[in-house]
Amino acid sequence: MHKKVFQLLVDNTSGVLSRISGLFSRRGYNIESITAGVTADPRFTRITIVASGDDEILDQIEKQVEKLVDVRDIRELKPENSVYRELALIKVAATAAQREGVISVTDIFRAKIIDVCAESLTIELTGNQAKIEAFLSLLDGYEILELARTGIAGLGRGVENVVFFQD
Amino acid sequence: MIKCLEAEGVDMVFGYPGVAICPFYNSILDSSIKSILVRTEQNAAHAASGLARVRGTVGVCAVTSGPGATNLLTGIATAFADSIPLVCITGQVNSELIGSDVFQEADVTGAAESFVKYSYLVRDVSEIPRVFKEAFHIATTGRRGPVLIDVPIDVQNSSLSRFRYPEEVNLRTYKPTVKGHAVQIQKVMKELERARRPIICAGGGVLLSGARQELQDFVEKHRVPVVSTMMGIGVMPTRHPMYYGMVGNNGRPCANRAMNESDLLIMVGARVADRAVSQPDLITENKVLVHIDVDPAEIGKNVGPHIPLVGDIRHIFEDFASQEFACEHEDWIRTLDDYRTRMEPVRRPNPGYVDPAEFIRMLSEEMQEDGIYVADVGQNQIWSCGYHIVRKGRFLTSGGMGTMGYSIPAAMGAKLAAPGRQVVAVCGDGSFQMSMMELASMRQHGAAVKIVVLKNNYLGMVREFQHYTYQDHYSVVDLSGSPDLQKLAAAYDLPFIRLTDMSRAGDEIRRFLQEDTSMLMECLIDPMDLVR
Repeated sequence: MHKKVFQLLVDNTSGVLSRISGLFSRRGYNIESITAGVTADPRFTRITIVASGDDEILDQIEKQVEKLVDVRDIRELKPENSVYRELALIKVAATAAQREGVISVTDIFRAKIIDVCAESLTIELTGNQAKIEAFLSLLDGYEILELARTGIAGLGRGVENVVFFQD
Repeated sequence: MIKCLEAEGVDMVFGYPGVAICPFYNSILDSSIKSILVRTEQNAAHAASGLARVRGTVGVCAVTSGPGATNLLTGIATAFADSIPLVCITGQVNSELIGSDVFQEADVTGAAESFVKYSYLVRDVSEIPRVFKEAFHIATTGRRGPVLIDVPIDVQNSSLSRFRYPEEVNLRTYKPTVKGHAVQIQKVMKELERARRPIICAGGGVLLSGARQELQDFVEKHRVPVVSTMMGIGVMPTRHPMYYGMVGNNGRPCANRAMNESDLLIMVGARVADRAVSQPDLITENKVLVHIDVDPAEIGKNVGPHIPLVGDIRHIFEDFASQEFACEHEDWIRTLDDYRTRMEPVRRPNPGYVDPAEFIRMLSEEMQEDGIYVADVGQNQIWSCGYHIVRKGRFLTSGGMGTMGYSIPAAMGAKLAAPGRQVVAVCGDGSFQMSMMELASMRQHGAAVKIVVLKNNYLGMVREFQHYTYQDHYSVVDLSGSPDLQKLAAAYDLPFIRLTDMSRAGDEIRRFLQEDTSMLMECLIDPMDLVR
């Protein structure tokens, strides 16, 4: 099993996200995360998909996704020349006495406390997946009440591989 | 919508009206487009498929929302599995009511998503010309396939102040490869020069791209033997000296042996599907595999080829024809000819019944040279594949999906598309009863289709499976209660012939085919007969 990050540029049509996610489910491909959002040009949406499988499956994923009429571009974001970021919101149970400990871990990771109440803290953390995993493991002694992760968004480094569409 | 169809040169629409598609059917009366009313929506898609395959154009069907649209789904899936170009128009409830579960509402674009090439839900009347232009373009280019257009009734009722049909499509994301890569073509030529035991395995893609003649010319010039998949039957005349039959678990033994023993296998417009190649990883072991297909996703899906070649098959064979190379493998051809004569399976037919194999052979010999033979699904399909003799005609069947009941509506579509050609549908008594309601459509629209029913009172293919797998523990395969076909034929004013054994087969087949009128022929076959 390997993992690959794919970057897609798709037409912003209704149902485009269900066409892509439906392709993964009906062909039995593993999808670890999918994020989508409109680009600077509102006609297009950028999607980042993390998929896993053996080499043949990952190759098929790329071909089958490319075959979808709405998909303008699909390419692999290789770790060595890409940046990935994921956002996590973590609600930790913390009494007044426990707060200091949580805050110090939060500071080390340059995360932010965005909500505080008597029994809990909510932390916002941005980073690659390894950083988020590391942070979560450091919170091991605390009770995590709720966790929301966005899945990664990614871009290639530099300007060499930017896809332009002119009218 | 009707103007768009006229601009695309459509002259016939198969369908079934309902309130949500009534604006469309109201306007079609003012055009020269002929509407063919089928008796259930699934058969509208099959009939459109028959037309598309015979003419090499798009088949069009139009049905209503809700149950009309969901009934159409099996027909769409059947076309998708065999890459048949269709444009399927469905009526939809009023735009403002979509999503509120009103009467006859079904999310058909959602339901059909996994077996259409593309689908549209039209939100505004101004989109209609562009959507239709794109739909016809997508259906007929690259790997062919069905496109669905779902049009809410209020959009159908709106009007455009000025109608202008686009001359070009603007789909930058959709650009199928047409020309094969020159370097890859050179590699194939080199392998052909080197090979001692080359073989071409041709699939339905050859017929879809209209490359039958190009393939034959190539094969005759370089003397490369050919086998075919089920969908590829008819790429070569059955009795062409270079053709060795259909491969696969129901194929001819000599064809399978030829493919296994080859040192160069060129798959052309074939998916390396499970029925044709049961162990795809084995076929690359002792040979060089070339895979030619218009769909890059098919290459490497089931088997990783040594030389992939993406492009339209007709273009690729035109490029092959312009290349000079020499290959020499007469020994191999002699070996294959020997296999062909020695490995012919021997049947021991029960003389008390019609022998389906011999009957199909005689029927196809008596058919017109360019006749169209439509096989259904079941044991009858396997016998048809094995014994029908194609000369200049066509062999149509539902290969990928194996949809029972395909033959009668598809034959009707084929006959209406090509009224001058002889069209024969051959089905079993199970598949006949899945679409016998179309006898009415045939009569209504004057489609002179010949229908043969191979009757054994069983769902024979399943019975055969239960015979082998469950030691004759038959479950739900008995067709008792089926109608008396003679009385049924009379109810539809159809001349009827019943054949109980082979003694009068020749004369009756000639009588069956003599005149260009519909006729129903029932052949009683041995219920215990097996395809293997």
